[in-house]
Amino acid sequence: MAQEIQNAIQDPIIRVRDITVQFGATRVLDGLNLDVKRGEILGFVGPSGAGKSVLTRTIIGLVPKVAGSIEVFGVDLDSSNTSQRRNVERRWGVLFQQGALFSSLTVRQNIQFPMREYLRVSQRLMDEITMAKLAMVGLKPEVAERFPSELSGGMIKRVALARALSLDPDLVFLDEPTSGLDPIGAGDFDDLVRTLQRTLGLTVFMVTHDLDSLYTACDRIAVLGNGKIIAAGSIADMQASQHPWLRQYFHGKRARAVVT
Amino acid sequence: MSGDPKLERIAKGNALALCATGTWTASFAPVLERMVADAEKLAGSPQSIFIDVSEVAKLDTFGAWLIERLRRSLTQGAVEAQIAGLSANYSSLVDEVRRVRATPVVDTTTITITGMLEQIGRAVAGIAGTVAGLVDMLGAVLAACGRVLIHPRSLRLTSTVHHLEQVCWRAVPIIVLITFLIGCIIAQQGIFHFRRFGADIFVVDMLGVLVLREIGVLLVAIMVAGRSGSAYTAELGSMKMREEIDALRTMGFDPIEVLVLPRMLALVLALPILAFLGAMAALYGGGLVAWLYGGVDPEAFLLRLRDSISIDHFIVGMVKAPVMAAVIGIVACVEGLAVQGSAESLGQHTTASVVKGIFFVIVMDGVFAIFFASIGM
Repeated sequence: MAQEIQNAIQDPIIRVRDITVQFGATRVLDGLNLDVKRGEILGFVGPSGAGKSVLTRTIIGLVPKVAGSIEVFGVDLDSSNTSQRRNVERRWGVLFQQGALFSSLTVRQNIQFPMREYLRVSQRLMDEITMAKLAMVGLKPEVAERFPSELSGGMIKRVALARALSLDPDLVFLDEPTSGLDPIGAGDFDDLVRTLQRTLGLTVFMVTHDLDSLYTACDRIAVLGNGKIIAAGSIADMQASQHPWLRQYFHGKRARAVVT
Repeated sequence: MSGDPKLERIAKGNALALCATGTWTASFAPVLERMVADAEKLAGSPQSIFIDVSEVAKLDTFGAWLIERLRRSLTQGAVEAQIAGLSANYSSLVDEVRRVRATPVVDTTTITITGMLEQIGRAVAGIAGTVAGLVDMLGAVLAACGRVLIHPRSLRLTSTVHHLEQVCWRAVPIIVLITFLIGCIIAQQGIFHFRRFGADIFVVDMLGVLVLREIGVLLVAIMVAGRSGSAYTAELGSMKMREEIDALRTMGFDPIEVLVLPRMLALVLALPILAFLGAMAALYGGGLVAWLYGGVDPEAFLLRLRDSISIDHFIVGMVKAPVMAAVIGIVACVEGLAVQGSAESLGQHTTASVVKGIFFVIVMDGVFAIFFASIGM
């Protein structure tokens, strides 16, 4: 067991080194370092506008960086060729903040879209797997034939998660998965993420503002501030921290409500 | 640790064991599916069957489902297939998959003759709806105009000027260029054919009447429908998709007054200006070709132009412009506000906006031709 943990530390699934991202004159990320270990759920917090989504999008490759290196699954994304990159992309799933479902496709077609592209399997298997994924994210089979415009906000999040999981990735990025959900729905979502992490052995990189999620779902928490990681560790470490923003965040009125 | 997945049959006394080995994951899904389909043929054998998964190196939803599918199809009557040797890691995944119901009902739409007839019927009936929608919008815009006339301060002047810049000022270069070229082509063709009768100079009559009465305004209206009508539909449509229009309504604003009226006003002001500039550019282009290609020098061209066309031709052209602008604007705004939630719907309505806009512009042109002929202009 100890050996396993040692290996996991030596072999992070995401290794971010000294990355700097700049929009015009504003430096959003400034020499940031971050490791995400295999099999953990990392909660990523920070004040609004600190660049949480920017970091996620930089790792995924949607935002260009000025300096630094990013390794995912041990592949340096800058020096990799197209097929290596494609291979990495096939192994991660992304849940965007607004869901980003394809509006002209049904839920079923949305979930099957990555399968159709990457796997050569029969329509029957794709349909069955789609039903399995829908059941996993807690949706009824009837939802499959609906269009995204006919879904509620919570259902969109769930379908988007089902699509992110459609190829059984090793790593998922969740950008504020519980925002816009009612507390019960959000709690279910946290349980869902935990269950999936356990059953599928996922590594989860979760940007969140939800204290409940941090307490119940996350193994480790990283805090972003001033373009750097100002703290990383367990929830207990965060509560013990003397950093003013962390104190306010974890000892504020809302935080006390969660703990008690 | 990992390896190609296999499913071996081992007889164990009275029972048959199917031993699954290797990596049962999405990457091997096509192979796995074939193997499972093969093993499913064992269904109905009297032996009891169990599926041994203790040697599986890696399992994901695809693998778990295929094992579950195999178990289901082998389970028949009294014989129940069992899954054996499931490691604790994967038991929750298999449990998860076990709850899944079989294949969903997928509706397949077949094309039949009655279905096609039905579509034609619906399309024809839809025309009435389209016309009603346009009349409705015309009424709403006129009512908004009325309100603005009573309270002139409620006019969104900034917005109107912004749209005027977009549809008029920024359209000038492309409109002038295209009408100039069309003028050149008309003149060249005219000279080429009239020359055989020695009637070169009549090209000026043709150019003058054609450009001022018809081509100038019609061509510009078609280009504006393509350029600005589509932009209006896309703008309003995406605002509709993001619930911005609902937001306006809840704040007590009338979307017609805030969004549609400034756009309509800008278009109604812009089209006459563009039509005039277009007509001038076409005449200039025609004159240039007549001079360089046909040998009609500019003085003779202008003299002939003054004799051959009257102010009536110019008025006929200019009167049509604002009406056509109103038609384009109304069609574009109706289509924009009809957009539903999907990106596909936005595309369809933008296409419809341009197609219907151009169609109505040409219909209006025909109506005007009859009207002006009957009043002798």
